[in-house]
Amino acid sequence: MNAVATVSKYSAFHVYAIEAKLEFIRMLRMPMFALPALVFPGMFYLLFGVLMGKGKADVAAYLLATYCIFGVMGPGLFGFGVSVALEKDRGWLKWRRAVPALPGAYFVSKMVMALIFAFIIFIELSLLAAGFGGVDLTLLQWTKLMIVSLLSSLPFCALGLVIGTLVNGQAAPAIVNFIYLPMAFLSGLWLPINLLPKFLGTIAPIWPSYHAAQIALKVIGSDLGTPIWIHIGYLVVFTLAMLWLAVTFWSRMKLK
Amino acid sequence: MCDSKTSITTLARLDNVSKRYGNITALNGLNLSVHAGEILALLGPNGAGKTTSVSLMLNLVEPDSGKVSLFNQDPQELSARQRIGVMLQNAELPETMRVSELIELTQSYYPHPRDLKEIAEMAGIADLLKRPYGKLSGGQQRRVQFAMAICAKVEILFLDEPTVGLDIEAREAMWTSLRKLVAEGCSIVLTTHYLEEAEALAHRVMVIAQGSVIAEGSVESIRSRVALRKIRCISSLDISTIKQWPHIDSVTQDGQYMTIQTMDAESVARRLLNEDAGLKQLEIKRAGLAEAFIELTKEQA
Repeated sequence: MNAVATVSKYSAFHVYAIEAKLEFIRMLRMPMFALPALVFPGMFYLLFGVLMGKGKADVAAYLLATYCIFGVMGPGLFGFGVSVALEKDRGWLKWRRAVPALPGAYFVSKMVMALIFAFIIFIELSLLAAGFGGVDLTLLQWTKLMIVSLLSSLPFCALGLVIGTLVNGQAAPAIVNFIYLPMAFLSGLWLPINLLPKFLGTIAPIWPSYHAAQIALKVIGSDLGTPIWIHIGYLVVFTLAMLWLAVTFWSRMKLK
Repeated sequence: MCDSKTSITTLARLDNVSKRYGNITALNGLNLSVHAGEILALLGPNGAGKTTSVSLMLNLVEPDSGKVSLFNQDPQELSARQRIGVMLQNAELPETMRVSELIELTQSYYPHPRDLKEIAEMAGIADLLKRPYGKLSGGQQRRVQFAMAICAKVEILFLDEPTVGLDIEAREAMWTSLRKLVAEGCSIVLTTHYLEEAEALAHRVMVIAQGSVIAEGSVESIRSRVALRKIRCISSLDISTIKQWPHIDSVTQDGQYMTIQTMDAESVARRLLNEDAGLKQLEIKRAGLAEAFIELTKEQA
């Protein structure tokens, strides 16, 4: 009836926005994904950071930094690792390739989903820390911790993508857990590095989560003192290496 | 490009295409073209190369040799794929997405999508829009996949076994929608193993066997490629006796009815009437596409 009806809404941005919105909604509705991702970090933090820390604010602050990293790893690893593996096996990727979907929107929507989950987890842990743990940070520290937490989810998105392209959908959850949980422990996310056996402490710098945690700990002045550019450099190189592997495996991937 | 009425417009084409998977030759120098405004049915036994042919035009596999074009473009081009709709054979869609969300997503891929109400009506899913995809029955999921294929006014619709798992009513409804789409000017490429589906819908049929086209033409011309006719009657004659007669292709007994397939229906009928005075309910029919198809693939093997 009017000219507006015939004007196309089509733009790459519109496609990306719809993909990201729907990816977030559908993952939120998946209890197997959303419950552990959103509930476990807060529950563990309350248990180990607040209750077992017996109200010591420095313990609560230390574990806030490391649990933020533990929390944001999950959505990246599972959101890419498990869902790419499943979608490759079940024909969703094949359908996307036949229809005029934008290939980049697939990855960006999952990344945005992981970042939104990371943001929710950060807010949740911060509220618990400030409300029950007596953690008192400046506004600048809260902001820095948020930025570090959000950016830290990206290397794990890339690692998840490598896993998702390599393994099948049935094996993916077990493999992701097998990498996620030991890596969190060995990087000092649950216990400070100096409480780990000496050998494990020495090799901790091989894990990306160690470097993310050290940057987060720097915000509250509890890191081990390595210059920040070493940690950032490691994470950038790690992310690029994972992306390179993912691209290589992606092009060889067989769609079912 | 659809309004040329005098000459045939080719929308998609496979030119002398070969494709091997390891040691298996899926397609062997196959030629295929999709014309504007037609329903083209690809028929053939499992593993004949139907799905591979469609997959080539959909950018899902690349040919080893030969040329694939979609609207004179490479099927990888987004602008070519924005002119097609797709229903794959066994794609599982995300279970926690609602039907309306799956449609919203697919609509976003096209510059000029149809509106939700029209899509829902055409696919008969108006009552399913709020439901999560994973909670639907197989037939309902199939209808949703059809809805996603018709999210825009596309020029070619690729449907790989579209009515598998549908009940008769839903199948008839889909056929009606397909006829309407063709009336709008859409072309449809259909693979099916329901021969009656090809018979009911197709303007043109291609029979594919062992990676090549073994017959091509209208339903009528494929059928006449095989001169078989079916005689049905109630007779007291013995099946094994009739089998000895000349020009008999097969004889089967179904309850009290006997079915004879033959190239020479007239002389067989004459002999039946001569030898069995009690012959009842004599009926002679041209063989359907099913019989023509079995005959054609038998010749090939």
